[in-house]
Amino acid sequence: MSVHAHPTTPQFSANAHRAMGDGNLQEALARLRVGFSTRRAAAIADLPEFDALRDAARDIKIHTLAHLDLYIEAYEQRVKESGGHVHFARTAEEARRIVLDICAAHGAKTVAKGKSMISEEIALNDALIAAGVRPIETDLGEYIIQLRGEMPSHIIGPAVHLTKDQVEADFRRAHTHLPHDRDLTEPSAMLAEARAVLREKFIAADVGITGANFLIAETGTSVIVTNEGNGDLSQTLPKAHIVLASLEKITPTLEDAAQILRVLARSATGQEMSVYTTFATGPRRAGDPDGPQEYHVVLLDNGRSAMLGTEFEDMLRCIRCGACMNHCPVYHAVGGHAYGWVYPGPMGAVLTPSLIGVEKGGQLPNASTFCGKCEDVCPMRIPLPKMMRHWREREFERHMTARPQRAGLGVWAFFAKRPALYRLGTALAMRALAFTGRTTGRISKLPLAGGWTATRDFPAPQGRTFQSQWRDRTKAKAR
Amino acid sequence: MSAREEILSGIRRSLKATGAEGPRRAAVGARLAMRPRGVVPARGRRDPAGRTALFVAMAQAALATCAVVTSPQDAPAEAARFLRDANLPARLRMGADPLFADMDWSATQIEISHGPSDGHDLNGLSRAFAGVAETGTLMLASGADNPTTLNFLPDNHIVVVSADDIEGDYESAFDRLRALYGDGLMPRALNMVTGPSRSADIAQTMLLGAHGPRKLHIIVIDAAG
Ligand code: SF4
Repeated sequence: MSVHAHPTTPQFSANAHRAMGDGNLQEALARLRVGFSTRRAAAIADLPEFDALRDAARDIKIHTLAHLDLYIEAYEQRVKESGGHVHFARTAEEARRIVLDICAAHGAKTVAKGKSMISEEIALNDALIAAGVRPIETDLGEYIIQLRGEMPSHIIGPAVHLTKDQVEADFRRAHTHLPHDRDLTEPSAMLAEARAVLREKFIAADVGITGANFLIAETGTSVIVTNEGNGDLSQTLPKAHIVLASLEKITPTLEDAAQILRVLARSATGQEMSVYTTFATGPRRAGDPDGPQEYHVVLLDNGRSAMLGTEFEDMLRCIRCGACMNHCPVYHAVGGHAYGWVYPGPMGAVLTPSLIGVEKGGQLPNASTFCGKCEDVCPMRIPLPKMMRHWREREFERHMTARPQRAGLGVWAFFAKRPALYRLGTALAMRALAFTGRTTGRISKLPLAGGWTATRDFPAPQGRTFQSQWRDRTKAKAR
Repeated sequence: MSAREEILSGIRRSLKATGAEGPRRAAVGARLAMRPRGVVPARGRRDPAGRTALFVAMAQAALATCAVVTSPQDAPAEAARFLRDANLPARLRMGADPLFADMDWSATQIEISHGPSDGHDLNGLSRAFAGVAETGTLMLASGADNPTTLNFLPDNHIVVVSADDIEGDYESAFDRLRALYGDGLMPRALNMVTGPSRSADIAQTMLLGAHGPRKLHIIVIDAAG
């Protein structure tokens, strides 16, 4: 069984510890830390309306979630009118079953897959393999981690934790039909190799599966956003196209999608626009020379309808851009795998307990320094630190009534024991650090904490400890 | 209860709603009918010449190459020049778009074939029904005139767009789409394309030509250019 079915989230501390001693991972994380945030900042500087667009995007999602039942009905109606099918799945198990049935109806032997976090969430590949169907991940990053039998370590860069040499070794191990002595020193040679290997597989696939960034109610359309073009090949070439999407992907109109698209790529990769934004509506039509003969949408709930109307509803605005993890000091230090399941970083720390249960995921909200950077950069203005605090309160209450001093405290202890974090424990140090880091927002040297800062910058704290904020909060609550 | 009913009633329970409320239904109906535009960046608000210039600049920033010709009859020679300069064979696969059918290809030596791609074509030619200046984005619609596979399978993609079809922003291009297909209706596939295919999945190094075209060459037909 894979990690999907058995999250290692409860072992976050041990995972994190191991990650910090992993040289390859630390090399990859050092690169990530600079690259993503620099590019995002540049793209945003070029668009004066960026913050106004964030507000607009947030408001669109708030409106949509408040009317979600009605937009789902409108969307479903439009999909049917264009000749497609909508399947509702309450649970991961139901979603897997629907996909397997469609594959069986087509006698599918291989499935070409575009990148889909929902596919990861429902552990679809394991189910396909068990049913004798071969899933082929076609996003380059997903392909690499499939070769390695790993989970994605980042929601937009699944293989972001790997170095070039590791990928080269994987390709040599997997592509045994190619000459042993071929030159793979350049990443471009590896890209060309993957392109050639996957091209044949696309053409042979019986069914194509993609995710969706948006489902448009106005037109019954699924939208995918990619840079490689693999999602488009996955949904254009096979006989049947299956879209896997969760309920909150519903977006009212094309105009609403345009508002969100303007903040998505800029927040994710710092591009003005991703290379391919594709709107797919129904199956092949009369006179169409290409496209799938069948078009299916699997609409997954898996705990989301229960998040509506709770303090975690805001999380349903998430557009999976990855900005929160790209700017998170904890993610920078430990990478994505330490989080133990599909969704890492701050968004994962909030979402994971909702989806796999607070018993398994309740530790993650402690994996935070409460520096607030994630909320600052979130294009959908999701109050991530506030929601992490909600989870911590819940965890705390749970342990008060059940077994005291367990899971959550273990993670907190892990961070508290790190030298740099230990130093952050006093308000005095906090203020001093806030001053040191004022100009750049980052601190590359902490006195007496060389072990930590030798491999990573520590973000300048905002001047107050978590404990002091917690005190204010509990006081405010008591009033 | 079916999964569908259970999910919808679960949502309604969470929202404390029944689904029959007049004001809620009216709000949804109004948004789907009125399609409010929200915040449209000022950068695309320009006269036609300014839009074309911005479109070209943004497409180039996204690593496409661009050429402006003054008449459709100049497009074949420009396509031939691009293939020659890139050391590519003089072969081109295209759909049935009337714009291409009306062009005279005989002077170019280019070997033309028609129809979708099976993955073995080196060069594809398509026509975009719109361009969007704000990000240098092309809009292509599926169908026999411009098969979707030509946008993704060939190594090199040449796309022709008329300057008259270049809009400032996505919203204006969506209006153009609605004028072509009808309100609430879409082509099977609408591809918004901004630059050639790329990936940064190996060691966070950006490389062109992941699964889609390695090269994207845009020919803008601009009578005023
Ligand atoms: S929580 Fe915000 S920043 Fe993080 S992935 Fe979601 S939308 Fe992006």
